Amino acid sequence: MSMLKTSESTAGATNGKAMRELTMAQAVREALAEEMRRDARVFIMGEDVAEAGTPFKVLLGLVDEFGTDRVIDTPISEPGFAAIGVGAAMTGMRPVIDIMFGDFLTLTMDQMVNQAAKARYMSGGKFMVPIVFRTTLGATRRSAAQHSQSLHVWPSHVPGLKVVLPSTPYDAKGLLKTAIRDDNPVVYFEDKMNFTTKGMVPDEEYTIPFGVADIKRAGADITLVATSSMVYVALGAADKLKEIGISAEVVDPRTTFPLDKQTLVDSARKTSRAIVIDEGYERYGVTAELAAVIADGAFYYLDAPVKRMGAMDVPIPFSPALEDLTAPTADAVFQMAKTLCGRA
Amino acid sequence: MAANMKAKQVSHTQTDAGGATVDPEEWLHMYRQMYRIRSFEEEVNDLYTKALMPGLAHLYIGEEAVAVGVCESLKREDYITSTHRGHGHCLAKGASPDRMFAELLGRAPGYCKGKGGSMHIADQEGGNLGANAIVGAGSGIATGAAFSARMRKSGQVAVTFFGEGALGQGLLYEVMNMASLWKLPVVYVCENNLYNEYTHYSQTTAGELSARPAAFGIPVEVVDGQNVRAVYETARRFIERARNGEGPGFVICNTYRYHGHHVGDINRAYYRSKEEETLWKTERDPLNLLSQWLTEQHLADAAIFEQIEKEAREEMRSAVEFAIKAPFPDASEVTQHVYA
Ligand SMILES: Cc1ncc(C[n+]2csc(CCOP(=O)(O)OP(=O)(O)O)c2C)c(N)n1
Repeated sequence: MSMLKTSESTAGATNGKAMRELTMAQAVREALAEEMRRDARVFIMGEDVAEAGTPFKVLLGLVDEFGTDRVIDTPISEPGFAAIGVGAAMTGMRPVIDIMFGDFLTLTMDQMVNQAAKARYMSGGKFMVPIVFRTTLGATRRSAAQHSQSLHVWPSHVPGLKVVLPSTPYDAKGLLKTAIRDDNPVVYFEDKMNFTTKGMVPDEEYTIPFGVADIKRAGADITLVATSSMVYVALGAADKLKEIGISAEVVDPRTTFPLDKQTLVDSARKTSRAIVIDEGYERYGVTAELAAVIADGAFYYLDAPVKRMGAMDVPIPFSPALEDLTAPTADAVFQMAKTLCGRA
Repeated sequence: MAANMKAKQVSHTQTDAGGATVDPEEWLHMYRQMYRIRSFEEEVNDLYTKALMPGLAHLYIGEEAVAVGVCESLKREDYITSTHRGHGHCLAKGASPDRMFAELLGRAPGYCKGKGGSMHIADQEGGNLGANAIVGAGSGIATGAAFSARMRKSGQVAVTFFGEGALGQGLLYEVMNMASLWKLPVVYVCENNLYNEYTHYSQTTAGELSARPAAFGIPVEVVDGQNVRAVYETARRFIERARNGEGPGFVICNTYRYHGHHVGDINRAYYRSKEEETLWKTERDPLNLLSQWLTEQHLADAAIFEQIEKEAREEMRSAVEFAIKAPFPDASEVTQHVYA
């Protein structure tokens, strides 16, 4: 997967501010540390989160500052500690629950879907569940079928849940801080291939509101809507397209719910062509929803059908020879864009 | 730490297999099987550190007596389910190393056509229902296989291997309850190597381990998992009991993984000491313990062990050669077998 540095966010929030380069993992860790300093109700719970700092070492050092009362190692009991998180959130705490691999959402689904997502509504607005589930997505790490899935569409489907898909260190930090402050259950996905991806992050404190898409690269001829690490795939494709005179706009929704429909539609109206790229399965996936939003909102402006590129609809195979076929690549997006622009 | 070394004494039987009546050839066979696993894993370590093996590699070195002692008590048609640390179980149940290495390298002749890899290796013909990358998940599948064996009146038994970390998973308790209620022919084999990844099990596991199966009325024994004779003797009894329709059993094997949680887990000082590692390797090695005993009993001598070891190493070398030369699966394979 491409480790391109993104162009600085065009959101404008960072203009003229002092910045430094951080990895995705450092940005996540900083957001957690800042929120834990700011709010004594915030705690982290999960498997090997304390001394080990998770297998990806994302949380390294947090236990030194906050102690084992707030950075809590659990048994390998995902439904149990997810449930403890929900109960704690309903009674005044702000848990950040660490689910080591996104594939283990299968084990926590009852807590997310039947409990956390519905408590507010079922109680007629009496309860709130300010919990964050931090987990991963993303293939091509040779982790095979049970450690490689991108299942972020599942929580995106459920009313009551919010879903965050950061692609850059800047977004990761600002969005995680917002997630922790949000009074609702939020599921926050990090691409496990991107923990070492670098980007500029302001020294000064900031947050990023949910439901605001970010234009990662401005362009005129085609819109590439991309989520999470697929932003880098889209940027790679945009570089190649530029070489043949096609100007691509890369739009990152950043949250699948709430969704910034307007920015997606405006971009597609401007360019008149769109491809949606996401690493979840293509069928019934995030790409289907986003493509429908564009098709609906930009219908009269489109010169071509909206195209979707997701993971191949197969369990992720182990063999590198097969796994690499399953995820969208910059080359495949380039080819598709060329075709849509009538340059095949 | 010294306390960790001993099989924890609980109110259940501590097995000593000193008196088991087994043909010396059978013990030598077990030595060979354990050595084959060790040699296989050393090749894996080598392949992995040379960046020839993709993904993750969780080595079984140090725990060989558990897989061998249990699988030697099984018939080929019996079932096992295995874990992310599953190469030893797979070999002990009779899989051939060339196709195993091919699987680990993602090659076409692998047991799963390269689609499963180390964490999902399975050998359907040999009764291995698969390694599993979801901690504890194999316990459910094995209990289902036992249920099926009973319904089909096949006489088969199912064994599920899992680490002590799986004791955290609720699934295990749901299926143990049903297995006990319905007297299913399943044996739960807990490999207590002391660590759930990077956390000592005492920080994740309340109460006595053996009290958990006992709560469901499942007989439980704690054995020295470094002593293959002890593992074999206990496993055989539990397996025969299950086969005779007397219901499930639970064996806790106290053991140790010599290497990291996976090959990349090099700096382990923050969760366990070098002295602890050295002590297990020098004092509690399952191969040494068996060879010492066989020598003392005048049942074998150094020349015999050397011969076995040489043969095993040669077997593994040529299996690796086979795998390295094997082709990757054809691209068309990617969409095959999503459905039956
Ligand atoms: C349900 C689930 N949670 C977490 C993990 C990540 N994980 C893989 S191995 C492991 C530790 C397992 O410890 P144990 O069961 O004792 O087996 P060992 O590795 O010691 O053989 C963990 C937490 C997983 N694979 N599945």
